[in-house]
Amino acid sequence: MQTNTLNKTGCFMRYWQILKIAYKALTKNKMRSSLTMLGIIIGVGAVIAMVGIGAGATNMVTAQISAMGDNLINIFPGSQQSGGIRLGAGSMTTLKDDDAKAIKQNCSAIKAVSPVVRSNGQVIAAGQNWNTQIEGYSTDFPVIRSWPLSSGSFFTDQDVQGATKVCILGKTIVDNLFPNEDPVGQIIRIKKLPFRVIGVLSAKGQNAMGRDQDDIIIMPYTTVQRKLAGITHIHYIMASAVSRDQIDLASEQITELLRVRHKIVGSQENDFTVRTQLELATTINSTANIMSILLGAIASVSLIVGGIGIMNIMLVSVTERTREIGLRMAVGAKSRDIMIQFLAESIVLSLIGGLIGIMLGVISGKIIQAVLHWPILTSGPAIAVAFLFAGFVGVFFGFYPARKASLLDPIEALRYE
Amino acid sequence: MRELIILDKLVKTYVLGDYEIHALRGIDLIIKEGEFVAIMGPSGSGKSTLMNILGCLDRPTSGRYVLDSLDVSSLNRDQLAEIRNKKLGFVFQSFNLLSRTSAIENVELPLLYNGNSTKDKYQKAMKALEMVGLRDRANAVPNQLSGGQQQRVAIARALINEPAIILADEPTGNLDTRTSIEVMDILQMLNNNGITIVLITHEPDIASYAGRNILFRDGKIVRDEMVASPRRAKAELANLPAEIEET
Repeated sequence: MQTNTLNKTGCFMRYWQILKIAYKALTKNKMRSSLTMLGIIIGVGAVIAMVGIGAGATNMVTAQISAMGDNLINIFPGSQQSGGIRLGAGSMTTLKDDDAKAIKQNCSAIKAVSPVVRSNGQVIAAGQNWNTQIEGYSTDFPVIRSWPLSSGSFFTDQDVQGATKVCILGKTIVDNLFPNEDPVGQIIRIKKLPFRVIGVLSAKGQNAMGRDQDDIIIMPYTTVQRKLAGITHIHYIMASAVSRDQIDLASEQITELLRVRHKIVGSQENDFTVRTQLELATTINSTANIMSILLGAIASVSLIVGGIGIMNIMLVSVTERTREIGLRMAVGAKSRDIMIQFLAESIVLSLIGGLIGIMLGVISGKIIQAVLHWPILTSGPAIAVAFLFAGFVGVFFGFYPARKASLLDPIEALRYE
Repeated sequence: MRELIILDKLVKTYVLGDYEIHALRGIDLIIKEGEFVAIMGPSGSGKSTLMNILGCLDRPTSGRYVLDSLDVSSLNRDQLAEIRNKKLGFVFQSFNLLSRTSAIENVELPLLYNGNSTKDKYQKAMKALEMVGLRDRANAVPNQLSGGQQQRVAIARALINEPAIILADEPTGNLDTRTSIEVMDILQMLNNNGITIVLITHEPDIASYAGRNILFRDGKIVRDEMVASPRRAKAELANLPAEIEET
């Protein structure tokens, strides 16, 4: 045939021609074509919006994890074991503040360390009261948690050494105890003891799990140990690695150091656990990814339903146009030509539907973002995949009707009423 | 003149359940280039079956069909499609134009299947429309055209690939007397230009415009005769009272 002698441009022109003819055929039945397309439009739109929601959530979680602290490493005491019964992690009292000091002195991959001692209690001030979490840290707190003050000043090493009764309030505490006045310089009472407010933390909002991070009071850890909790051990150690790629090295250095300090030799089990932010991030990210995939999969179902709609309409179209098919065969169309014609129509339907669906998906993402304040992240690859998927749906669901058309007998097709 | 169609002991048998239907029982026929043949016969005589085979839409059960020096009785589906495209033009009783498609696009249809460029297509289609006198109606869609005009568009479509033969199956079956004569006029004009025409009809009136009449009955040729002086459509049209062309 002549097609063999056509060059590449000719080939391209030919396919373009076929698509143009298919488009023209579809415009002859505008209502039906647009309704059929609607299935694909909604499918592609849903995929893009849903994947956008998933990706946005993943992104937000990642951002919040890094907001929890700067390259964070937590060292928890091990679990207690008595008579074969193992208690949970952190039930041992083996970690001392000297461990924290040793880590700071000896581990080169660590830039800041703080013991953490936690307590809670009813806080009373100016006729108001509030129950909250009280956490004791060293002066490295603002570095480790990357959490600056909004007013006042932080406590000093002298405060830590002397277990001074000073405290720093979170935003929520200020809102509840001092709604109308400046808290810095005021006195609050916890367990009948007076504490002077020396600063206020900047607002941090909810964390990834939805806990209000501003509902907290910060003190020197020695103050919490001696004045509030009455303990000599610390609950855990928070440390900050020099950089992100030093986190693993830092955690190795800490493990090695603490084994020596706690006299753990050979195959003996550690009496502490080192956890890095990286592990947490990986866990939460994989959860968020599963959510994205799930959302995408649910949305894909609507795309497949759209594809079935195309198949349905193409089958109706083949039946309706039986005479046309017979005529085309009579004037020289081969089976392949008829097949390509109908396949092209379903591909054009799904690709145009795909393009409109992309617009719909992106726009509805923007609307969700504006109305519900969800972070939506519509990425180029997601759009490309959705579009290709739409094209694939067109080919897949268009194939059977197109093949049915191409196998018609020209004589019977011409006589069809 | 060259022998364009040679049918040699052509048999077509349909099997319907337990019994066989003998549509064609051994046809021997030669049609020469430039002939205008009318095939007549009652329904069920086998003339439509013959038309399908002549039109390369169907294959004979046995026997040989040589078209333009090529034995087409054993060609496959796609090869037959190519023959139909290059050598045959069809005119049907019910016109078979694509609805909601302009006259010129209908005429261009056969060119779609042999790789003509867009520009060539347009020019060829315009030329074909001019031959049937519908150049100024090129952009009209079928339901804006009268029956006679629609059949002329169909003839233009049959002409576009410069076929060796035009096969017309009851081309005047859906038309009134005057437009029937108009269509016959165009067919006679094309025949004068050298195109072979095979016409199927059951109206002796229409057959009398052809140069040769073949009568079919029960799957056999029962009469095959030359018409001494065929009717001239052009002269008859001139004698008919003038009529305002419908649009």
